[in-house]
Parts: sequence; C-alpha cells; structure tokens
Amino acid sequence: MTTEVGPETEVKKESEQLEADAAKNKQDEATENQENQKSEKTVSEEAQGSPSPALGTQSSPSSQKKEKEPSEGKGISRFIPPWLKKQKSYSLVEPKDEAKKKPVEEGETVEERECQLPGEVVQPKGSVEEATIESEREAKAEDKEEKHSVSSAETQPAKEDNKEIEVEKVADEQEEKQKAEENRETKEVQTAEINMEKVPQKAPKKIKTVQCKVMLLDGTEFSCDIEKRAKGQVLFDKVCEQLNLLEKDYFGLLFQDNSDQKNWLDSSKEIKRQIRSLPWLFTFNVKFYPPDPSQLTEDITRYFLCLQLRQDIASGRLPCSFVTHALLGSYTLQAELGDYDPEEHNNDYISEFQFAPNQTKEMEEKVVELHKTHRGLTPAQADSHFLENAKRLSMYGVDLHHAKDSEGVDIMLGVCANGLLIYKDRLRINRFAWPKILKISYKRSNFYIKVRPTEQEQFESTIGFKLPNHRAAKRLWKVCVEHHTFYRLISPEQPPKAKFLTLGSKFRYSGRTQAQTRQASNLIDRPAPYFERTSSKRVSRSLDGAPVGIIDQSLLRDFSAATVGPAGDMVFDGEAVGQTKLRDGEGRDEDGSPTKISQLELTQDEKNNSLRVDGGNIYVRHSNLMLEDLDKTQDDLLKHQASISELKRNFMESTPEPRPNEWEKRRITPLSLQTQGSSHETLNVVEEKKQAEVGIEETVVIEELNRGKMQAVTDAGETRKVEHLSKKDSSSLSSDSSSSSESEDEVVGEYQPHYRVAKDTIREEQEENEDAKGKEERATKTIQSEETVQEGSKIKVTVEHNQITAKALAQENAVAIKVGEKNVMEEEKQDLRAEDEQLRINGDVSHVDIDVVPEIICCSEPPVVKTEMVTISDATQRTEISTKEVPIVQTETKTITYESPQFDGSAGGDAGVLLSAQTITSESVSTTTTTHITKTVKGGVSETRIEKRIVITGDADIDHDQALAQAIKEAKEQHPDMSVTRVVVHKETELAEEGEE
Amino acid sequence: MAGLSSSGGSSLGRCSHAVVRALPDSLCQHALRIEKGKEVDFARAEREHQLYVGVLKNKLGLQVLELPADESLPDCVFVEDVAVVCEETALITRPGAPSRRKEVDAMKRALESLNLNIIEMTDENATLDGGDVLFTGREFFVGLSKRTNQRGAEILADTFKDYAVSTVPVYDSLHLKSFCSMAGPNLIAIGSTEAAQKALKTMQQMSDHRYDKLTVPDDAAANCIYLNIPGKGHVLLHRAPEEYPESAKVFEKLKDHMLIPIANTEMEKVDGLLTCCSVLINKTSEL
Repeated sequence: MTTEVGPETEVKKESEQLEADAAKNKQDEATENQENQKSEKTVSEEAQGSPSPALGTQSSPSSQKKEKEPSEGKGISRFIPPWLKKQKSYSLVEPKDEAKKKPVEEGETVEERECQLPGEVVQPKGSVEEATIESEREAKAEDKEEKHSVSSAETQPAKEDNKEIEVEKVADEQEEKQKAEENRETKEVQTAEINMEKVPQKAPKKIKTVQCKVMLLDGTEFSCDIEKRAKGQVLFDKVCEQLNLLEKDYFGLLFQDNSDQKNWLDSSKEIKRQIRSLPWLFTFNVKFYPPDPSQLTEDITRYFLCLQLRQDIASGRLPCSFVTHALLGSYTLQAELGDYDPEEHNNDYISEFQFAPNQTKEMEEKVVELHKTHRGLTPAQADSHFLENAKRLSMYGVDLHHAKDSEGVDIMLGVCANGLLIYKDRLRINRFAWPKILKISYKRSNFYIKVRPTEQEQFESTIGFKLPNHRAAKRLWKVCVEHHTFYRLISPEQPPKAKFLTLGSKFRYSGRTQAQTRQASNLIDRPAPYFERTSSKRVSRSLDGAPVGIIDQSLLRDFSAATVGPAGDMVFDGEAVGQTKLRDGEGRDEDGSPTKISQLELTQDEKNNSLRVDGGNIYVRHSNLMLEDLDKTQDDLLKHQASISELKRNFMESTPEPRPNEWEKRRITPLSLQTQGSSHETLNVVEEKKQAEVGIEETVVIEELNRGKMQAVTDAGETRKVEHLSKKDSSSLSSDSSSSSESEDEVVGEYQPHYRVAKDTIREEQEENEDAKGKEERATKTIQSEETVQEGSKIKVTVEHNQITAKALAQENAVAIKVGEKNVMEEEKQDLRAEDEQLRINGDVSHVDIDVVPEIICCSEPPVVKTEMVTISDATQRTEISTKEVPIVQTETKTITYESPQFDGSAGGDAGVLLSAQTITSESVSTTTTTHITKTVKGGVSETRIEKRIVITGDADIDHDQALAQAIKEAKEQHPDMSVTRVVVHKETELAEEGEE
Repeated sequence: MAGLSSSGGSSLGRCSHAVVRALPDSLCQHALRIEKGKEVDFARAEREHQLYVGVLKNKLGLQVLELPADESLPDCVFVEDVAVVCEETALITRPGAPSRRKEVDAMKRALESLNLNIIEMTDENATLDGGDVLFTGREFFVGLSKRTNQRGAEILADTFKDYAVSTVPVYDSLHLKSFCSMAGPNLIAIGSTEAAQKALKTMQQMSDHRYDKLTVPDDAAANCIYLNIPGKGHVLLHRAPEEYPESAKVFEKLKDHMLIPIANTEMEKVDGLLTCCSVLINKTSEL
C-alpha cells in the first residue's frame, strides 16, 4: 500500500498539469496534489499500517483483481471509465484505502485514476514488482495523456462532460459499495472499515487540508480547514457546530456548479468528488422547510429558518403580496431591533433592510407602521410570528425546476413536502402528491413520474417532462427522492445494495427523515443557546465566486427518446449508462450516429494503445467489450456472460489473470443460480459472498425485465421500455472489472416511492458512462493490437451456443478483424433500428447479428454501446442463417472474438494450408472441430494455426460456459506449446421467447 | 395584523363590507344569458335582490355599498365578476364579455373608497370573471371558461402572490362557481352533475389541502354564500327550499351554520346566482 501512493500522486501531478493546460482551474489542484503527494505518502505509510493486515487477508484472494486492474489502467486509459473501475475494484479489495484515496481521486483527472490503478494492483504484490510496474505505468500514463491530448480533440469534451456528471455517481456507488461490503463481507472487511475510519483521524495532520468557505445564513462567511477527502458530513457538522445548531436535518450545504446551478452537497459522499474542480465554496441553506416551524424545538433553529426565508423573500424566490412583505418585514424588524423606538428608529433605519425584491418607500412605511404594533414581542416570538405567516405562502418550501411538458411548453416543477407541483407561469396546473406517485425516474434530460391510476383509469400512466439537460433532470430526481424520503417516510430507505445489479445511481437520501429528526429534537436537552441575531442587511448573499466552468455543457445533449420504463424497474448499474454516455458525449449526434463515435475512438485508442505493452490487460478489456451484446434475453445474456468470463479465465490463464469486473460478477452470478455459480466462484474467490448476493439481485432484475416487457405490451405509452432491456444487456455486458463502481452518471434514475422491495429502489440507468468509453477504447485497442503485433500461431476456438439450432459455422476469423470496425458501426446502427433488423441480419453480411427483437422495441436506445469486436464471419454463415431463419423464429447470433494482443491481425486473412481436420466429441453437449492450418509467413517461417470449432448445442439447461471453458482448457492441454490467440464465440439464440417473457 | 389568512383558512367568510349594485331595467331584455329561457320578472327580481341586500345589511350587519344601476350595462348587478377582493387587495377584472367591461369603473371607485390596494387588469389579452374565482381561504381556483382565460388567471396569481392559484377547466357552465362555492371554512359545496364532480376532482388533486365537500343535487344550489360574522358564527346564504328543495335539505343538515334561504329565481334566468350579486370585503384596518 505504501508504494501505491507514490506513483499515484506523481501521476496525478502529471495529469493535472496536463489538464491545467487544457483546463483552467486545475493549477490549484496540481499544487495541492503535489503537496498531497508528500503528505499522502507519509500518511499512507503510517496510517495504512493498520489497514494493511486486513489488506493482506484480502489481497491474496484478490490476485485476480490485481491482474485485471492493471489492464484497466491501460486499456481504459484516460477515459473516465478507468478510474471508475478502479475505484470499484478498489473498494472491493480494500475499502480502507478508498477512504483515503477517494478524496484525492475525486477531483482529479482520469489519469490519476489510472495511475492509481496500477498502484493498487501493485500493492498486494511485492515491492519490487511494484516499483517496476509502477514505473511502467507511469510512463504509460504519461504517454496516454499526451496522446490523448493530441489525438482526441473531439472526444475530449465529451469526456469532460462525463467526468463532471459522473463524478457524483461514482462517488455514490463507491460508497454504497463500500458500505455494502462493509456490512456484508467478512471480518476482514470490517476491519478494513474500521481502518477507514481511523485513517482520516490519524491522517488529518499530515493529509492536506483544504480551506472551505461557507456562506452562512446571516451573510457571514465561515471558513475552516477540512481534510481533502472528507465527506460532506464533516463539513456540514463543522458548520452546524459553529452555528450551535442541533436540529440540523433541515439544513444542508449548497455548492454552485459551473452552470450556475446549485447542488446539494451529499453529506455521505466526499466533498471533493462532488465539487470536483469547483472552489470549496458553499452556502449553508435550509434544505427541507419544516411545514410547521412551530414544531421545531429550538428557537435557534427557527432563527436560521427565518434567515433563510428572509433571503428567499428578498430574492423573490418566495413570492409574497405587498401586505405580506410588509408584515414579514415588520417581524424582522421586531426580531432584530426590538420594539420600535421613535428616537432610535428614524426614517432611515429601515432602509438597511431588504424585505422584498422591489422594496418601495410605501412598503417601508407599511413595515414601520406594522413594526410599531409588535411592541413587546421578543425576538423569538417575532420569529415565530414571522414563520407562522411565511409557512402559509404557497411557495413556501417549494423547490422549483424549469422544465418543459410533453408539448414543449415551459413549465416549472416544484418539489415540496407533499409532492410534486406543476406550474405554468404562476399558475398551478397540476399536482402529484407523493402517494400518487409510483415511480420517479429520469433518463437523460427527461424526468418521469409514474402515477397511480385514478378511479376511472385502468393503467398507471407515466408523465414525462423535459429538463434543460441531463444534470438538471438528475438534480430534480434527487431532490424528489430526498423530499419524498424526508417528508413521507419514517426512516430512510435502505440504499440499494452495492451488490445490486443496478444501472444507475443508487442514490438515496441518507439523512434523517422529518419524523426522525423530530424525535431526535425532542431529546434535545440543553438550555436554549444564546445566539446573536445579525441583521438581515441588504447584503447579497449569493454564492458567487464560483468560477465558470470549463466544462462544456453543451455536450451534454438532451436526448429526446427517453423511455420510462417499466422495464426500468430493474435497477441498473452504471455501466450501461456508461455506454450511452459514450455516445452522448462523444458522438453528440443523434442516436443514429454512434458509428462515428466508435470510429473516432478507435483511432484515438489505437494511438494510445500502441504504447502499451501489456497484452493481457488489453485482452481483458477486449473481452469485456465483447461482452456487450444487446438485445439478448436476459437469460442468454447471463449465460453468455458467464461463459465469456469462464472463457476468458481459461483463455487468459497464462497471462496475468484479469480480475473479474463487477459487472462480470454480476452477470455471472445469476448463472450461479442455475449452475450454482462454479464459474464465478473461481473467478473471484474473494468475493464469493458478494456474488451470491448479486446473483439474487440479478434474478430480480430479470423478473423486472420481464415485467417491463409485459407492460410494454399492455401499456401503449410505455412501449419503449423495452429499450431498457437492451440497455441492461449492454450494461451488463459491458461490465469492466474496473468499472463496476463507477456508474457515475446515471442518465437514468428511478425511484419508486411506494414499493419497499427491491423494485422500489431508486434506479438510475446510466447511459452516459465512462465505461462505455473505456470499452470502446479497449475494443479499439484490441483491434489495434491485432494489427500492430504480428505474431504467429493462434488457436481459434469458436463456440456456438445454439438454443434452437446447432449449426456449424464456417467461421473465418481472419475476416474478423478487418470487419471489426465495420461491424462496430453496423452494430451500433443496428441498435437503433433493431426492429427491422431481423431481415438484414439474415441476409446482410455486413450486419452483425446482434439482437433481433422485433417484438420488443429496443431500437431507440442510443445508449447501447455495441461490441466492436463482434465479428461475424463469413457469408456462408450468413446465408445459412438466413435460409434457416423463418420470420417467426427469431434467432440471435452473436459472435465474440477474444484475441490475445500478439495476435497477428493480418494472419486472419491468410489462407492457410489445411493440414487436418478432426472432430472430437468431448461431451454430448459440444462438438469440436479442430482445424490445423499451417501457413507460411513472410519470413519463410512457417506457422501453424489450429482452429477449433466447438459447437455447443442445447437449451438453457446446458451450461454453455462450462462447456466452453472446458473446451478451451482441453485445447490448451492438447497443445501446450501453443498459445491461444483468439477466441471467437458465436452464439445463436432463439429470441422468440424473449418477447413473450 | 393583516397577515395572510391568518389561521389557515379560518378567516374565510370574515366580512365587514359588501358591494352590491342595483339592477337596471335593461337586465330583462339585454342581460347576457347562456340560453334563452323564461322572461325575467323584473319586479320580482328587484324584490329578491332587495331581500338579498337586506340580509347582508340588516341581518348580518355588513356595511353595504350599493352602487346605482347603469342602464347601459344590463349585467351590472352581477358585481362579483368585476372584482376579486382578498384581504386588503382588490383585483379589478377584465370581464370576458366585452359588453361588461365598463362595469368595472363603478366598482373600482367603490373599492378605492374602501381604501383597498387596487390592482387593475389592463392586459388586453386577459379576461377574468370573478365568477370563475373560488377562494377557499387557502388558495384560489380559477375556472378557465369562456369568460376567463389563462392570462387572466396569471394576473390573478400575480396579484395574490401569497396563495396558490390553480386552474380548473370549466366546460359546460358559465363559471366555475356556477356549480360550486365555499359553504364553510374547508367545505366546498358542489353540484352533482358530472361536470361539477369532475371539476371538484381536479381541485382536490391540485390542492395540498383536503377539503370536505357538500354535494347538493342541483348545481345552481351549490352556489351559496358563506360568511363568518362575529357574534353570529357560521352563516350560510343558500337557495330557498321552494327553488331547490332537495338541495335545501342538504344544507339543512349543516348544524353549525346559521342558514338563511334566499330565493333567486329571476336572476337565475340570466345566469345570476347568489354569489354573483355581491363583492364581500373584510376590512380589518380602519378606513
């Protein structure tokens, strides 16, 4: 662990500096980081002493992780996904570390994360190894960054976006994961937990602190030093302590983002991660307006509420009539100045105060007039009167958000204690009380509420609103979740478990509910604290000074599509979104153009990748990439995934074993339900428990999926939900070892207020995720590696999963590579048009046969990143399929290629001399065809390539993965002197069932 | 203090003043009406109106400002439509019927004389009839009808910023209050027709507050006048049993209310209901 920090920080430096050039504000950070470096090192050594034992225990089992992580670092390179991934993997391995790292990581750039990854990986290993690896990594990181900066002009902005958006999410997820782990895992983990907590305590002196400035409600500024990685709660507690405030659950800290939007600082997450490069500048505000302030226990609490309301009123946020302005103003005077004193209070005394946005002389006179009538009221009484009047204002406690309705009309959505209010101009045009709302979700820039059917209606209806951008949608969604929880629930809902196969954020309100805070404040037992009332002068207390961001929001495109989905009931993890994001951010074109993106990335990646030495890592990524199939039935996916991981494992055995990513695990788990998870067990020894749980979750997901479909059928309005399906798939497929934690930015979120079961979890599907990028990169990388590295022999393993038909595929892998790029494009396109895809798939060579799910509309999902490596081989196969295909039976054909880096891309194209072909029937399930091809390469060197085609036929009962793994294993054993360079999985699935499910 | 509805709606019905207007002879022939019906018996209409004003003035002790009739304004007796008064603020409306626009002048003068904060609806795109405005003590509902449009409602919302203003589509009736009114603090009297019930549902959905409802068989009878008069408590002016016997029975179940049946047969022929004929004002500060 010690070593880890060093490289990490260094890298950071670099990265930051780089960014500094590109981005504005980074300089500060860079310096900070440098400083941090030192401190961190020390800290790491000292503080980490305790964690290390725990680590030790964990580390051994986590060897797989290690292996994988490095790959991440490289493959993902500087796209956001890496750090996300890293974090997740990280958390899995060593929660304690996270605590420290997080803060640093948060704000820092992707590169940092990358760097960190290696560090992490290294940790478990010996220091020697570390050193080397680290140095390597650093070098790489540098390279990457450089390249990146040069090459990726187009992509970059997108990335930036992603980062911004996703950071929060990542934080969320990580933490959640962490928690989950903490709770779930064994003692080791628990120790880790403890350590985590200790670390910050020990560390503070050595760890770099940051100065936070907090604007208080009385207009004064409170500054304090806070540990850089501190969570929001730490700062919030400090502020409350400073304010002597006990009933603090009604309050919160705001920070202003680059688009001038104010965001609540999540107290359960690291500050740095939330504010990123923004200045550490916050405003202390009322977050939940108590509907009945008289129920507050302490006067001091009411005082702060008054201060907030005065601001709200003076700024116009809380509209009042003239009379009310005057009345409230008069109470303010009484509270702050006491009884009216004709001598002391001359005509001007009042103009010090601002009571209204447009304060007139007339109003001031009225205020004075009323002030005179309050004689004898104590400040606390005056405050109470003030609040009694203010609380009745119709906009009291209503948090307004700009939006458009389905017809594009400008409206405002107001979140309040009772529910959601819809305003058009100043008029309330609709209202949805919390009990009426079944589900709150967002997807991209769309915000949806699913409403309980009224007496006359039979079906639930989903109402969609368009927010200005994705972040606005998410912000609104979060506020809704929080308000619902705070006001409606007795206790906060459990955040979805980390294990959950969740797309999207697991965000939940983590504080106390109103009920709880009331209970708590009943216990307050202290003499009423003295506090000084400062006057509400006409001071602008806006949270200014937040520099305008570098981040280009325009990139955050609003997607119109938006499915609300019942399908969405499933909880998505971030990955899927990641894919979407890729497109969103980078592509910027409409859904149709993903192709472009992929290409872009390809180029870029290739450059980056060329520098990388490590083949194994690339592999992993590649395979991950390949994992992204969309549109398969869930079952298929699961199996497929499992098989892939299995396959990968076997395939990679010689090379550093990739650590299974979260996604894979998740994916795999479900399988375990069927097969009792042998495969995944092997994969991640460390996290058996977790996986098991994951498995369960996944089942849930599946069910939900199904449900979604059903709904789609019944509910015309929600047809699109089906999209989710594809999305999920993609997400699950896309899983990266590193990416697991990072579902940062969920484009989609869902929250079902009423159901307490798994379903009701807040679901966020992330569409724009870094992961997607990462994957794409990887994919590219792979391709690249294939092309660049020229090496000899390869064994092809072609595995077919046929549920309907066992078909022999004449697969020419050679084609694959080149086709690859094409395919990528094609596939992506395909997604969009999935509906009519079927025909094409059958007939069209260029089309990759990923999902044909005509019945389900899966096309509209842009977010799905397609497998780039999916290659469908030759025309023969095509024709076969096409002939076979009857319109009624839908067949899904998927081909996945795994190649080792050394693989000679061009080799594929060569026509070899066929030496022998033999067919071995290893099991009833599979058929293996082995083809030995010996060909001559340029140098006169002859090269033998053995292709094995294994056909695994059967339905769900068969464990394809195991069969596949077995086959690979056998292949290896048969040819110990050869290396496996390529694995192509071609899978055909009958899709008809899917629709019915 | 003139706070907003000082105790959560309980100030509803508080009333010190009323503005009424005499009926012009032209009412019989020229008053607007939704559909041609029986001819108005002017003499009887006048008697009924005098009775109505008498109740306000004598029985309830309100200060009643009686504006003179204007023959050029056949509908001028329906003062409710030209002003919405809430607390110390009065919104002079822009009636949806062009023929009635001039009715506001006299009303404005009257309200000025009461020293209210006067807001005029000058926007030429806005129309609002007071009959479409239901103030519950906690919030406003504005019927969007042939006489009242969105813009009018917006201006009302801007005028009474303290309160939520929700819009309610009104299709089959002249006004929102053609089938409903407040019958008590928190109690909405509502007619039985489908349209009325639908509107009520809308209002219930829009409101953070739960209102009780008093459903009466006849829509027109659902238009009643609730007052909270010091010393007299809850007072309800409702349609006479001779007119709407079934509805009257429903009102008679209100034990806490002082019930005052009022006949309104003639005015109803020109779509005039009980609330239409007065603007009620609660003046808390001295004039």
